[in-house]
Amino acid sequence: MSTRPIATTRSATGIPTGKLAVWWVVGSEIVIFGGLLASYVMHRLGHPEWAEYASHTNPWFGGINTFVLLTSSLSAVLAHYAAEHGDGKKAAKWLVGTCFGGLIFICVKAVEWTIEIQHGYTITANGFWQFYYTAAGLHALHVIAGCVIMLIIANDARKGRELHRVELIGIYWHFVDIVWIFLFPLLYIAK
Amino acid sequence: MAEHEEHAEHGQSHYVRIWGILLVLLAVSILGPILAPHIEEAAAGVGAAFVKGWMITIMTAFGIAIYKAYLVAANFMHLNIEKRYITYLLATMLTLMLLFFAGTSPDIMKHEGQNWENVAAEAEVDRALKSQESDSHGGEHH
Repeated sequence: MSTRPIATTRSATGIPTGKLAVWWVVGSEIVIFGGLLASYVMHRLGHPEWAEYASHTNPWFGGINTFVLLTSSLSAVLAHYAAEHGDGKKAAKWLVGTCFGGLIFICVKAVEWTIEIQHGYTITANGFWQFYYTAAGLHALHVIAGCVIMLIIANDARKGRELHRVELIGIYWHFVDIVWIFLFPLLYIAK
Repeated sequence: MAEHEEHAEHGQSHYVRIWGILLVLLAVSILGPILAPHIEEAAAGVGAAFVKGWMITIMTAFGIAIYKAYLVAANFMHLNIEKRYITYLLATMLTLMLLFFAGTSPDIMKHEGQNWENVAAEAEVDRALKSQESDSHGGEHH
């Protein structure tokens, strides 16, 4: 008698169930982040005074974090490549490297936010900063969650177990990267 | 089988190449808005006054963001070799987002209509712009 749940072995779409689930997570995240960013764009266009508020964000912090996330995405896809070739140890190393990227991202964000808060740009300052902290904060939470899950998967991959999950966390991580790709010009470039 | 063959093409060097392109695009998206006023000036000098700085900012910041997202989705998430079902799923979600935008944006982006007026938003815009103006004048004096 199999101990694996039926959901892990059946597939109506021809896509492995775990992978399909991650794609549905990504789909629901599009609505979450999409709604948030669409609301931001509407308010930004309807409030000309936000241009001055937006001029206080530092594009260099945003640029460094974009570089970090793009590089961590490369690391994630190389982990997938290693897992696909049955090399769990190498996949685990690339996943830990990806987590390291996530850690740098959070550290840069912590420094950036500290400076901004010290200058009085807090979440209660005005509508722009409310959106700024909400959008970037929600994204940072996704980075932290991704890192935690990735470390668990890396631990399994190191022992050669559940290697298919390396691809699944990779899909999630790349999506987090894509969200930042849009947050960067919206919050840091369009002034 | 065909999927496996296509997947094999996605070697490590391919991923590194895509990463390199993404970094170049990142540099362009940062430099574009910085250089936009100079490009506008230079374009006006050669008779191409229709080239505006904001166009360059929109293209370099958001046009490149869309292309970067496409590169990541197609090459790193392997959407280009994934079953069509996933593309339809994601396209549906994006359509829902656009529907939300189309349905609510007139009420947010405009502050008055035929039978309504958003007094609070108008007052806030007025207050903030006046405050910014007096701050900038104050800065000039000091």
